[in-house]
Amino acid sequence: MKNFIGQPVDRVDGPAKVRGKACYTADVHPPGLAYGVIVAAAIAKGHVVRLDTVAAEAVPGVISVIHHGNAPQLAYAPMEPRSMVDPKVGEALRIFQDDAVLFSGQPIALAVAEEPEQAAQAAALVRVTYAAEAANSDFARASQTARPPRQSAQPWSRPAELRRGDADAAFAAAPRRVDASYEQPAEFHCAIEPHGTIARWDHDHLTLWDKTQWVDHDRTAIAHVFGIPDDYVRVICPFVGGAFGSALRAWPHVAAAAMASLLVNRPVQLVPTRRQLFSAIGYRPQTVQRLRLGAGEDGRLTAVIHEVVAQTSVYEEYTEASIEPSAMLYAAPTLRADYRLAPMNVNTPCPMRAPGIVTGNLAVELAMDELAETCGLDPLKLRLRNYAESDAQKRLPWSSKSLRQCYAVGAERFGWSQRPATASGRRHGRWLIGYGMASALYPAHRAPASAHAELRADGTVAVTSAAGDMGPGTYTAMTQVAADALALPIAAVHFELGDSLLPSAPAHGGSMTMASVGSAVHAACQELRTKAQELDQRVRLPGDDRLAMQRAYAQLLARHRLDRLTAETEAKPGEEAERYSICAFGAVFAEVRIDPDLAELRVARLLGVYAAGRIINPKTARSQCIGGMVGGLGMALTEQGLWDDRLGRLMNASLADYLMPVNADLQSVEALFVPENDRHLGPLGVKGLAEIAVVGVAPAIVNAIYNATGRRIRSLPVTPDKILGLS
Amino acid sequence: MQPFRYSRPGDSREACAAGAQPGAAFIAGGTDLLPLLKEGARVATGLIDINGLPFADIRHEAAGAWIGALSRMSDAAADNRLRQDYPAIVEALLASASPQVRNLATIGGNLLQRTRCLYFRDTAVPCNKRRPGSGCPAWDGQNRGNAILGGSRSCIATHASDLAVALAALDARVVLQGRHRRRQIPLTEFHRLPGDTPDIETVLEPGELIIAVFVPATACSRHSTYLKLRDRASFEWALTSAAAAVELDGNRIRRAGIAVGGVATKPWRLPQVEAALAGARSEPATFRAAAELAGQEAEPRQRNAFKIELMKRAIIGALTKAGNLP
Amino acid sequence: MEPSAGGRCSVFSFRSCKRSPAMPNWSRRLFLLSSVSSTLLVAAAKRLGLVRGSAAEAPSTSAPEVQTAEIVLTVNGADHRLSVDLRTTLLDVLRDHLGLTGAKKGCDLGQCGACTVLAGGRPINSCLTFAVMQQGKTITTIEGLGEGLGEGLGEGGELHPVQEAFIRHDALQCGYCTPGQILSAVAFLNHEQEPTDDSIREWMSGTLCRCGAYPNIVEAVKDAARRVDGHAAVPL
Ligand SMILES: Cc1cc2nc3c(=O)[nH]c(=O)nc-3n(C[C@H](O)[C@H](O)[C@H](O)COP(=O)(O)OP(=O)(O)OC[C@H]3O[C@@H](n4cnc5c(N)ncnc54)[C@H](O)[C@@H]3O)c2cc1C
Ligand code: SF4
Ligand code: FES
Ligand code: FES
Repeated sequence: MKNFIGQPVDRVDGPAKVRGKACYTADVHPPGLAYGVIVAAAIAKGHVVRLDTVAAEAVPGVISVIHHGNAPQLAYAPMEPRSMVDPKVGEALRIFQDDAVLFSGQPIALAVAEEPEQAAQAAALVRVTYAAEAANSDFARASQTARPPRQSAQPWSRPAELRRGDADAAFAAAPRRVDASYEQPAEFHCAIEPHGTIARWDHDHLTLWDKTQWVDHDRTAIAHVFGIPDDYVRVICPFVGGAFGSALRAWPHVAAAAMASLLVNRPVQLVPTRRQLFSAIGYRPQTVQRLRLGAGEDGRLTAVIHEVVAQTSVYEEYTEASIEPSAMLYAAPTLRADYRLAPMNVNTPCPMRAPGIVTGNLAVELAMDELAETCGLDPLKLRLRNYAESDAQKRLPWSSKSLRQCYAVGAERFGWSQRPATASGRRHGRWLIGYGMASALYPAHRAPASAHAELRADGTVAVTSAAGDMGPGTYTAMTQVAADALALPIAAVHFELGDSLLPSAPAHGGSMTMASVGSAVHAACQELRTKAQELDQRVRLPGDDRLAMQRAYAQLLARHRLDRLTAETEAKPGEEAERYSICAFGAVFAEVRIDPDLAELRVARLLGVYAAGRIINPKTARSQCIGGMVGGLGMALTEQGLWDDRLGRLMNASLADYLMPVNADLQSVEALFVPENDRHLGPLGVKGLAEIAVVGVAPAIVNAIYNATGRRIRSLPVTPDKILGLS
Repeated sequence: MQPFRYSRPGDSREACAAGAQPGAAFIAGGTDLLPLLKEGARVATGLIDINGLPFADIRHEAAGAWIGALSRMSDAAADNRLRQDYPAIVEALLASASPQVRNLATIGGNLLQRTRCLYFRDTAVPCNKRRPGSGCPAWDGQNRGNAILGGSRSCIATHASDLAVALAALDARVVLQGRHRRRQIPLTEFHRLPGDTPDIETVLEPGELIIAVFVPATACSRHSTYLKLRDRASFEWALTSAAAAVELDGNRIRRAGIAVGGVATKPWRLPQVEAALAGARSEPATFRAAAELAGQEAEPRQRNAFKIELMKRAIIGALTKAGNLP
Repeated sequence: MEPSAGGRCSVFSFRSCKRSPAMPNWSRRLFLLSSVSSTLLVAAAKRLGLVRGSAAEAPSTSAPEVQTAEIVLTVNGADHRLSVDLRTTLLDVLRDHLGLTGAKKGCDLGQCGACTVLAGGRPINSCLTFAVMQQGKTITTIEGLGEGLGEGLGEGGELHPVQEAFIRHDALQCGYCTPGQILSAVAFLNHEQEPTDDSIREWMSGTLCRCGAYPNIVEAVKDAARRVDGHAAVPL
């Protein structure tokens, strides 16, 4: 009997999704639902002096207009220790608790009405008078006075600096050097499903249907906001229409929906408008990175100096792991890496697809391309020459590392040897052709998770865990794991997630769902199988025939007059993180075609080769990696937040003005996996896949652009004006 | 969105009368009007649904094509005669918006779509076009997408239509029906420069309807093309575009019509470029020299100066294609 | 406490949409930790005049300024007579009044295509048109495709060839853009017998997919093209 693990099983929730039957947050429609629409601040800093709601309240159907002047003071009990998804320094925005405006777009009032049209009309009629103050909303200026993050004793706090040896001296002495600054604008998740919440109180219990990657945290965070016990709150979220990190925290509008429901005493739906979403949640912060690489004549790195300045808000310190890639990617004997923050009057950034890592990796991989040229080396050779055989910063061996194989497979498949040796060296009709590549890495994590498994009278199993599925295929993968552990057919497994009443699970983020929840599901199902066997040791379970197995379970239960048999297990990480450095690795190759006259650019080919431990489902894994590469293409070519420095306001807050790739932007995209089975992170052998796929893509493309045109573009995104060298 | 009355008149007289009422707005496809109403960038107290009016046909005559104002962008794009005789029009339409939008959007509405200037649609910020006298934050702000031609200190917003650029190059005329008269206006005179009143964008009088666009059939129109450059490969307005129509006599250009988009406050004809082309040989050197003249009157702002060069290249690119050069 | 109204999609995960989960008995726990009592809050809110009367107590005021209309919409082969606020878009009528939540709202401004439905067989953005203007059109939503009206998920009738191809090629991840993608593809294949990669990419560019399923979508549409035999599978 073949294992399902490792097979390209069709998505088990596919039929629901193609029928439009998968139920996302805003599809829920409890009886008596009222609608809330946010009024957002028009200034970036100052105070609300007057809020005139007379016209708004006169709108027929309006139930209430809530704002700091009439909102109840909520408990906002501190969470100790802070959750891994919340910033460690500063205070989250407290909704409608005072008159301060900290950023443009901040929710300052909420109109609640019978119908959405009425609520929108009322929100538009709220007249606000502000006392505006000079805001800090110019990144260039703010980064001049950037400062280190305040140290915090909270768990999950990140180091602000990394050191090994005397990097400055080594750099000064290096015969080959690169010294360059790279700019990366703010990027927005823009999941197609807007964030939104439906809140309903039943006496003192709150039910939230909320777009979240972590029902458990959402529950706890909102319980703290209202000062009620965690288990008075239930959060439900069976389907997430994409999130990419944006739905890890409990955003202010979630509390606003709950407050509104409490006040109007009926269920309230609150979905910020698309424009409002750009400031209702977070985004990848804007950064500028100076990277200095020192190397010998042979390209062997002697020094890496990495200075990152990243944007954050004035009320919270959001930090990322951007300095880690420079410490881990290559075997450089010396390193100095510094992380600095530029607080601004903006909403707090948040994790977005490979947070920090993708940023740091970008700078390193762009600089490596420059170093390759300086040393007269093929970029891939340069990387092999500096291959890190262990994690020099943590001084730990890798749990596994098949990056060499990724390079080899990728180079072979892509035809890297055909790379034009000199910039603008190859033409095809009106197109200049360029090849580029980059390495990728993403640290793998695992967190405690629980799962419950219940064998039923018909021999099917129901498995549950409060996990999430924002698209990678948690439903499918867990079904495979359970089916294998119990030797059942796929159709006999029912997996449920996304409800805080279910056994607790960690954040569906950081690529750790498979390793964490998968291990719990595996353990619970194994235990269940043992329990079933223990019912009657004389029965031989036909573990090699799934249908027979289902019948055997049914018979066992029937014979013992049981209508169910259950097992619940918590699976915890061991000490692997202290003994190994555990990372997924990858190599990305890109071919671009550029019409140098019209500045038209097409990414003709993208190939990513990944070593990410065992691949549970090659079909969904491939989709996930392709999706990551599409995201990386957007990062390279089209995506950027455009703030007006004087107004302190994001001006392109729409899906027509913040440009994510469309179908026509993609041509050939392929993802391959190098076989790996890394048992250090759990019994399934996985390392996590989601984030790695976005890492390395943008630098591979930008390096290809250089190869095509001879133009080093050090600020993203690479738009036509930059290709022409005109801005 | 504020509440509105809704009517669906059965003839144009009724429609024009209703459209002349204060606060009234015609609605055709609604693809531009709805977003503006939703975002509060426009308020209408009465919507006059003109989809019941008989202006949805596309008719071909020897003298030219009559494209009904209510024909959908997708219908016009699928019209074989338009494709043969006025390729620039079909190319511009197919490069516009998305199939879904084109199935709703009308030809008349397309010419009247409002600008994509980032400030115009955000009611939290000033904008002379939306709120006269409030100022123009684009002047020193995020103006990468704004105009280098035809702007004023009051407004530098581009006209966003692709179709209008093709029509401008083809000498099209707009057919208008008012309460008292029917008139035809060259497309190039239909839109107004912003001057001190950027809120007034066309010569339309209150209640006046666009009922059709007339495109003369010429040797030029058959050899026409539309080239659109943008940041992503599809579903985006033009960063810069060019329409070129050329009449060739052997390898000489007899006459040319050139218009550019994404760079100007209205669909922009370039007579000086056309003059330089007329009578010259159809070859790259001619195109380059002529295109050079396009930038003469350009007045760029901080972030859009690149459009001068991009515009020239778009013109050369369009000419190369229209002139059938490799 | 089954919060879903009849006909609407279930709020629980797709496997258990018929389950009616019992409220656990934690409501009996003492409210000791709490610093805000919700009952107190509601009382306070009423004192402050903050709430104008909740639905339980007072029906919503009749709305002289708001213009409503009686409309008839033909959706998935059935006529629906409704009374709606004139400002209601086709999308909101489908979702909020008819419970057809397969049409998704992504931007409400025509910029994402998640709300794509077919009108007379042609894809349109249902967020860009008022419901009152779509009377007399034949509207098809994802629920009307194939025999998609089965009860639970994963159950139900036959899938349309495009739906099948989307599953086979894994042309989706989160699934939020998927109904719009599928309807757009169905309309495309109704008039395009020999699609090329480029023509598919261009046509499908009106529907954004942030999960980046684009390459798989192209494969699915190509595959479906081979299986759809040119007949209009959708009422025009
Ligand atoms: C996401 C998106 C992308 C787009 N991309 C592009 C693009 O790339 N290129 C491009 O050119 N366009 C683009 N558009 C704009 C689109 O083409 C226009 O919105 C559309 O053509 C407007 O036509 P309509 O019939 O929907 O107009 P409506 O929205 O109905 O009306 C627009 C305006 O015209 C008035 N009006 C309409 N018809 C008449 C008439 N016959 N007589 C008098 N007044 C009238 C209305 O009162 C209103 O003021 C895009 C639109 C969207 C939503
Ligand atoms: S350019 Fe015109 S539309 Fe843009 S902000 Fe200035 S006045 Fe408004
Ligand atoms: S919701 Fe209609 S296009 Fe985005
Ligand atoms: S599948 Fe998630 S947006 Fe397309």
